[in-house]
Amino acid sequence: MSSPSDKAANLPALTLRNVTKRFEGAAGKVTALEDITLDVREGEFLAVVGPSGCGKSTLLSLLAGLEHTNEGQIRLGDQEVVAPGRDRLVMFQQDALFPWLNALENVMFGLRLKPDLTDAERLESARYYLNLVGLGDKEKARPHELSGGMRQRVALARSLAPNPRVLLMDEPFSALDALTREQLYGDIQEIFTKRKKTIVLVTHNIREAVCLGDRVVLFSPNPGRVQQVFDVNLPRPRRMNDPALATLAAEVTEALSSHLAK
Amino acid sequence: MASKIPRPVIPTLIAVLALGGWEWFVRAGHVNDVLVPAPSHILNWFWEALLSGELLSATWVTMRRLVIGFAIGAALGVPLGALCARVRWVRDTLGVLALGLQTLPSVCWVPLALLWFGIREEAVLFVVVMGTIWAVVIAVQESVLNVQPLYLRAAQTMGSNGWHLWSRVIFPAALPGVLSGMKQGWAFAWRSLMAAEIFVVIVTGFGLGSLLNAGRELLRMDQVMGVMAVVMLVGLLADLVFFSPIERWLRRSRGLER
Repeated sequence: MSSPSDKAANLPALTLRNVTKRFEGAAGKVTALEDITLDVREGEFLAVVGPSGCGKSTLLSLLAGLEHTNEGQIRLGDQEVVAPGRDRLVMFQQDALFPWLNALENVMFGLRLKPDLTDAERLESARYYLNLVGLGDKEKARPHELSGGMRQRVALARSLAPNPRVLLMDEPFSALDALTREQLYGDIQEIFTKRKKTIVLVTHNIREAVCLGDRVVLFSPNPGRVQQVFDVNLPRPRRMNDPALATLAAEVTEALSSHLAK
Repeated sequence: MASKIPRPVIPTLIAVLALGGWEWFVRAGHVNDVLVPAPSHILNWFWEALLSGELLSATWVTMRRLVIGFAIGAALGVPLGALCARVRWVRDTLGVLALGLQTLPSVCWVPLALLWFGIREEAVLFVVVMGTIWAVVIAVQESVLNVQPLYLRAAQTMGSNGWHLWSRVIFPAALPGVLSGMKQGWAFAWRSLMAAEIFVVIVTGFGLGSLLNAGRELLRMDQVMGVMAVVMLVGLLADLVFFSPIERWLRRSRGLER
């Protein structure tokens, strides 16, 4: 049910081939990612999970085009990813909302950079997405006047509004309290089901990964490698305290700890 | 009991007592009233200078120099500071030079200014510009370098770069720091202008500094102290009615202050 069988949905949107990324640190060269080969299907919600230092945030920066690979190739459709682009928008760890703009202006920021829209269309689209995340009445509010959860909702609207082909999420829930997080999981799943967006989520929270992902990719650290891929065939919307979800999460945790114990 | 008294009452009382004591001390002949004028004499000078228009015209001349010099200094300082932040070798040269020149009291520029421009308006403006520009350069450089990388990353993924990134993200993000740099630049400009006006008799305009110096030459300490009070007042007012409200508004609108 969670993996639609129509052909378009099975075409890869993002393809990673033998991607390696190294950093020059004070302690010499550090290999953040080694030989990653991975496909993200069109319309798929892919969750990448792993302990800190497994290179998952680096992976997201590479997909966003904010960093460059040392070896291997990343493609979006038939285009190689070499720079940031509006076809891949990122929702960041902390809210990266601009404090000098209100909620609506923040959502408008990305839309203003899309050349082929009229201002009226931009405004309409920004309001549509603010409504979609349930903040239609907060358009004039500055980021500091919103709660942490609301800010991440605005950030979600901001990255959805320019209608990117892929939405990249870099631990966007990590700074939120459990209750707010649970609400946002619901919202994201609803939007995902409704809009059929391709999403790559990076998180260190295994339950979160299982709750949201169609597939969960487990990364192991030092150097960051793909350790195992899990299919999550649970119906949506999923709830965090669903026993089936907990069972699968335990399986992923087990796989991770058995690797770390080696 | 004490908490029932409104807060301004005690400071006012002490001020009145201090001024009264000063007045009495001078009138009783304990000090030479040529050297230390009584508050009433200073007030008297102030009133006369105000009525004769002398004080207003001097204030006007001084403010005009200050505003023009500050505007030139800020207009040059902002792009130079941005350049320092953007280009490493400019930062390693001009940025370091700015750091050094900022510690130089700008009255040190007076001899050069007089040689280069003569006893003219340009000489005073030059000293004011030199007083302003380095503080602004350093503040702009620092606040641009301190812009949160997260903002830049977010903006870049949305397709912002080049001039758009500078005007819509870097500059707005750096604005609070830039503004406090300007405030500091303004304070330096004000000090350097007073020094320049006192040291140099500029024929093109009789400013507050010149008025103060004239008071010394005429042995009119009421005038000297009166001008000192006006200089203080102008400095306070600039901060109170211009810089502080903008700063507060900026900080409030971003939730940095309630």
